[in-house]
Amino acid sequence: MRITLKYFGQIAEVTEKQEEQIDIEAQVIAELLELLYSKYEGLKSKDFQVAQNQELVINTAEITGAEIALLPPFSGG
Amino acid sequence: MQNKKPKNVFQQGAISSEFIGNSIYKHQTKTSIGAHNIFLGQVRADEIDGKTVAAIEYTAYEAMANQKFHEIRESAFEKFDLTCMHIYHSLGAVNVGEICLFVFVSSPRRNVVFEALEFIVEAIKADVPVFGKEIFEDESHQWKVNS
Repeated sequence: MRITLKYFGQIAEVTEKQEEQIDIEAQVIAELLELLYSKYEGLKSKDFQVAQNQELVINTAEITGAEIALLPPFSGG
Repeated sequence: MQNKKPKNVFQQGAISSEFIGNSIYKHQTKTSIGAHNIFLGQVRADEIDGKTVAAIEYTAYEAMANQKFHEIRESAFEKFDLTCMHIYHSLGAVNVGEICLFVFVSSPRRNVVFEALEFIVEAIKADVPVFGKEIFEDESHQWKVNS
């Protein structure tokens, strides 16, 4: 399955890009994160939440969406 | 008065006093309103480890953020007897002393607007994917965390 990954704030500093498309076999979010941790070592020490199709999801959630975003702590306002 | 489709809340750069003043002026024609309440978020010159913040540069997951702003708006209208509400948030660099968040609520009665404004501002801080990068005077930076 082809998905679009979006990175923001300090997460984008680690990945050195704001967006990428990858083909994955991962079924759940946790498996995708394992893949990303091996690709981007620095992610392991970062605090972030995952959004799938613009809704926050937990790590055991099934991957159904085309767009998955890694969101560092919100600091608006 | 309720608007059903997500609006774009974001403005590039600081929110000017002229814009805020003009927003107040525009409500003079809505004569069922008896009370307005306004929250203005201003960029503070925090001092961290001897360095002073000069600006905050905001980025956002814009599509999700506008959707979240929309949900906050819908639940505020549901909870409170509001005539109207407006939210504006900056993107890009905002210097210290400038305004980065403008929330404006209006109602026939005053008690409603105090409660509604607090509800909305707290929800924005907690639920909307906006990210602030604090830029120091020496051009180094750190990522802001809401307390």
